[in-house]
Amino acid sequence: MLELRNVSFGVQGEKGHKEILRDVQLTIDDRKFVVITGPNGGGKSTLAKLIAGIEKPTGGQILFDGEDITDWDITRRARAGISFAFQQPVRFKGITVKDLICLAAGDQKLSTSGVCKYLSEVGLCAVDYVNREVDASLSGGELKRIEIATIIARQATKLAVFDEPEAGIDLWSFQKLIKVFEKMHAKQQSIMIISHQERILNIADEIVLIADGRIKKVGTKDEVLPELMDVAGSCNFYREEGDA
Amino acid sequence: MDEIQKHLLETIADLHGIPEGAYNIRSNSKPLARASTANIEITPKTDKDGIDIRIKAGTKNEAVHIPVIMDKAGLKEMVYNDFYIGEGADVVIVAGCGIHCGGDDGSEHDGIHTFYVGRNAKVKYIEKHYGEGDGQGEKIMNPTTIVEIEEGGYMEMETTQIKGIDSTKRITEAKLADDATFIVKEKLMTHGKQYAETGFEVELNGENSSTNVISRAVARDTSKQLFLAKIRGNNKCHGHSECDAIIMDNAKISAIPEITANHLEANLIHEAAIGKIAGEQLIKLMTLGLTEKEAETQIVNGFLK
Repeated sequence: MLELRNVSFGVQGEKGHKEILRDVQLTIDDRKFVVITGPNGGGKSTLAKLIAGIEKPTGGQILFDGEDITDWDITRRARAGISFAFQQPVRFKGITVKDLICLAAGDQKLSTSGVCKYLSEVGLCAVDYVNREVDASLSGGELKRIEIATIIARQATKLAVFDEPEAGIDLWSFQKLIKVFEKMHAKQQSIMIISHQERILNIADEIVLIADGRIKKVGTKDEVLPELMDVAGSCNFYREEGDA
Repeated sequence: MDEIQKHLLETIADLHGIPEGAYNIRSNSKPLARASTANIEITPKTDKDGIDIRIKAGTKNEAVHIPVIMDKAGLKEMVYNDFYIGEGADVVIVAGCGIHCGGDDGSEHDGIHTFYVGRNAKVKYIEKHYGEGDGQGEKIMNPTTIVEIEEGGYMEMETTQIKGIDSTKRITEAKLADDATFIVKEKLMTHGKQYAETGFEVELNGENSSTNVISRAVARDTSKQLFLAKIRGNNKCHGHSECDAIIMDNAKISAIPEITANHLEANLIHEAAIGKIAGEQLIKLMTLGLTEKEAETQIVNGFLK
């Protein structure tokens, strides 16, 4: 179980201190499928990075399976079972798709067919990809799917965090993606996905709406969606202009 | 051969003993073993230290191994090896030098390799440099490679210096005739206080000649590297050079690419990039459970693979 207690995160900008997240209270129970949604710039990605240990909160505590992990580094959190799929996957010169999957699986001797199993789950024909480098020669959508395969390959995962996994993925692959999440869910893993996609919202146990650095609402899709429309559609400037 | 020599041989030439086919193994400035085949003749030079390697026209699928190993401190040598590759031949040449320095006197191996690549011949030349040993003596290697490729000839040169060489100055000069191709893939890593200088000069003299010089380098600790690549397009030709380097710790790297077009139809490109390991690469591997140090090793090994 993951618990965030009064978590805040601020940065020092040109115009002084800027609060990205404020007093976030959030619990992700074991085996729960939670989708985080909300307008751009609301603090969703920052929340994911705080959970993975990429950023450190400026206030509050993060607990995982009852332990305070606020000061744990990325590696320690990963080893404890937190997996994180990047919104924009990283490219590596010289490291092949197989190398990366082997590193994720923690098994340097993983066979080619072992690697293929993970790649086919994300809809990639493994033969075409295993020996390719994870570099600029891959398209954005291909990289994204390889990124998701690295999360599937991690046997230690207790909580998988995905930052906009659907971005850049074509419609056909999207069906596969939904299956990936359902399968992980069935394997008793907790899942947290940052997404705007209705089809991902549809399969969530719980939806968390974040806007302006705060949690606005937690509930089922039917409970949260009307509020989301309200938040996302609000542009005071435009309204004022329109009213004038 | 003792264990040290066997290890050096394995590291630089992937050899687990005496190879098949044509070979010349040089150990501590003396020939250790030599063999010619029906198509490849190796003969010692009479006027200076070195060998001539003559590959008959049309020779296919044969390899030549000419490793050099040094495990006695205080040796300094200058070797001339000339390769004559006959018309239409298709061969692999494996060279390399391994120094084990257990003493405090330095060891130095300087070599000039000259390749005459005949019409439509194809050569893959693999060269590895490696140093080891606990002695304080400096391990120095200064390889010079001179290449002349005739019409339609092709040469690919793969050069690797990953460990243990304190100082190196590498010079490669190539002249290309019509439709000739010269490809270089260089991998270089320096550490400690090492210094490495590598200079390429390619003259694209022939019509439709082409070259691609690719260097990947990593400099760590307080080591220094200098990369120079000069490509001159003297005819309708294609030339490309690329230096991609990772800088670590307190190392220094300079990359100086130079391209000169002396012909309207010369098409030349140079690229050079130096930077530290991208933070996001480290982060990605750490989210897979690697420590920062392990992540760094994986990134460097992959980059130089």
